[in-house]
Amino acid sequence: MSALVIAEQREGKLNRATWEAIAGAQQASGAIRIVMPGAGVDAVAGEVAAAACDEVIAIDDAALEHYTADGYVMALAALIEREKPALVFLPHTYQTRDFAPALAARLSRALITDVTAVKKDGERIVYVRPMFQGKLNADVAAAGPPPHIVTFQIGAFRGDAATRGAAAAPVRKSGITIDASAIRQKPEAPFKEAKQAVDLSQAERIVAVGRGIKGQENLKIAEELSQAMGAEVAASRPICDAGWLPMDRQIGSSGQTVAPKLYVALGISGAIQHLVGMKGSRTIVAINKDADAPIFEVADYGIVGDLFEVVPAMIAELKKG
Amino acid sequence: MKIGVCIKQVVTREWQLRVNDQKTWIRDADASFELNEPDAYALEEALRLKEKHSGEVVVCCAGPARVAQVIREALARGADRAIHVEAESLATADASTVADALAGAIRDEKFDLVLTGLQSDDQGFGQVGVVLAEKLGIPHATIIMEVQQAPSSGSGQALRVKRELEGGWFQWVTLPLPALLTIQSGINQLRYATLKGIMAAKKKEIRKAAPAGAAAPTQQILSMYLPEKAKKTQIIGGSAADAARQLVAKLRDEARVVQ
Repeated sequence: MSALVIAEQREGKLNRATWEAIAGAQQASGAIRIVMPGAGVDAVAGEVAAAACDEVIAIDDAALEHYTADGYVMALAALIEREKPALVFLPHTYQTRDFAPALAARLSRALITDVTAVKKDGERIVYVRPMFQGKLNADVAAAGPPPHIVTFQIGAFRGDAATRGAAAAPVRKSGITIDASAIRQKPEAPFKEAKQAVDLSQAERIVAVGRGIKGQENLKIAEELSQAMGAEVAASRPICDAGWLPMDRQIGSSGQTVAPKLYVALGISGAIQHLVGMKGSRTIVAINKDADAPIFEVADYGIVGDLFEVVPAMIAELKKG
Repeated sequence: MKIGVCIKQVVTREWQLRVNDQKTWIRDADASFELNEPDAYALEEALRLKEKHSGEVVVCCAGPARVAQVIREALARGADRAIHVEAESLATADASTVADALAGAIRDEKFDLVLTGLQSDDQGFGQVGVVLAEKLGIPHATIIMEVQQAPSSGSGQALRVKRELEGGWFQWVTLPLPALLTIQSGINQLRYATLKGIMAAKKKEIRKAAPAGAAAPTQQILSMYLPEKAKKTQIIGGSAADAARQLVAKLRDEARVVQ
């Protein structure tokens, strides 16, 4: 089965999730080709040509210099209709989430999102994807004519597991041109909000709180635990959305990615958006009253219980030294 | 500004999920349901835009009869009227089917702006909004954290919206109306229904529509199950005090991550 992998780059810099998508695609399909959309992408196309693949197809057009949903849908729809792959794979980045559903709709093809594993069932490919905030997994199959479009969850495959070729694959220009006047979105340059006050990626230990903390007034219990451990306080998204902690304390896909020696998750259920930001931590502790919370899937130590009873007892124990 | 807001009803976060006998969906016959949280932020943003620019907020929901609960709640929070695309099969439908059902029911409304949450807490496709925009033939932008009216350029009304990118990055994008935006949680502070709102909602119109023909499904659920653990987790039992003591001892002596 022939598969296309849609690479992602910004200003010539490859998004690392592209290598994860290449690894996943190699596992799902024998032969792959890699598509690199953008403007002036020779160098970054050469970079992915190191992968074991039949070729790299560069869609190089000035209209693709800055990402827009319309530009990408036009370019990729034209390419897919011409190349007729059986499968199209993408990393499930925010950019993919912005255009892949429109691409699938324009081509009237299935789009399976946020896939964490692929299995073979005879000729059919079965995709594993989370449902209900990661509390359940589902095996799903794509229906309807090919190509089926599939996005891989960030971190589901290891980028360094992608097979490299013996020699660099050939890079070919697609020849596809984009009508820039048909692009309706006018993007401005990406920016970061005011400088982050805390760089949690440098913290050795992190105590993170989630919805289970219930109220802002209860944050002091997390602060006391962090002081007793020599840890920084962080949070899952809902806590920062509510304004209980500043946004620069947020861990997850829209916040910071951390890998401390110790990560203590208090009342965090472990939605995938949070897990991608912390699952590389060396030792993970989860304290949650719901035994089925997905956070326990990545935890080394777990306590199923009331954090308002467990944490004060932990603080007392730590103070005994 | 005439604004359509697409909402979904999902099982509450606290609901203990159990897979049905066929392993194709959850047992939800006696589940409790709530408004999908990202959609609540989309509704709130629509209400704020109406307060600022005047107009109308119409809430749109594709689902079985039970979704009337969240439709009434949205009306109580301040939406002016509602459209309910009703079919039992929509409860478990894929993104393309849901977007088809919504597109058929709202196309003639000619909304200036359509808002959705960025994804649902149940199937979590993150697709319906963007697919709907494509089916309606209007431009879209996703994961939006702020909505401004763009200075008029002579070619009609436009919005300038702040997209969230990964890792703390953002980007402003300008797009012409009509348009569709998927809204990120946390864009605003939610309001809740007042007693007055609840009373007023009883008189508001809910238009029922049927899905316009059966769209071919694009995804089939073969089986649902509890995820396997990625790690071997030591679950520490006992009383809170016992568990805390054991945990601290393990963090000191086994993992060696605290002193």
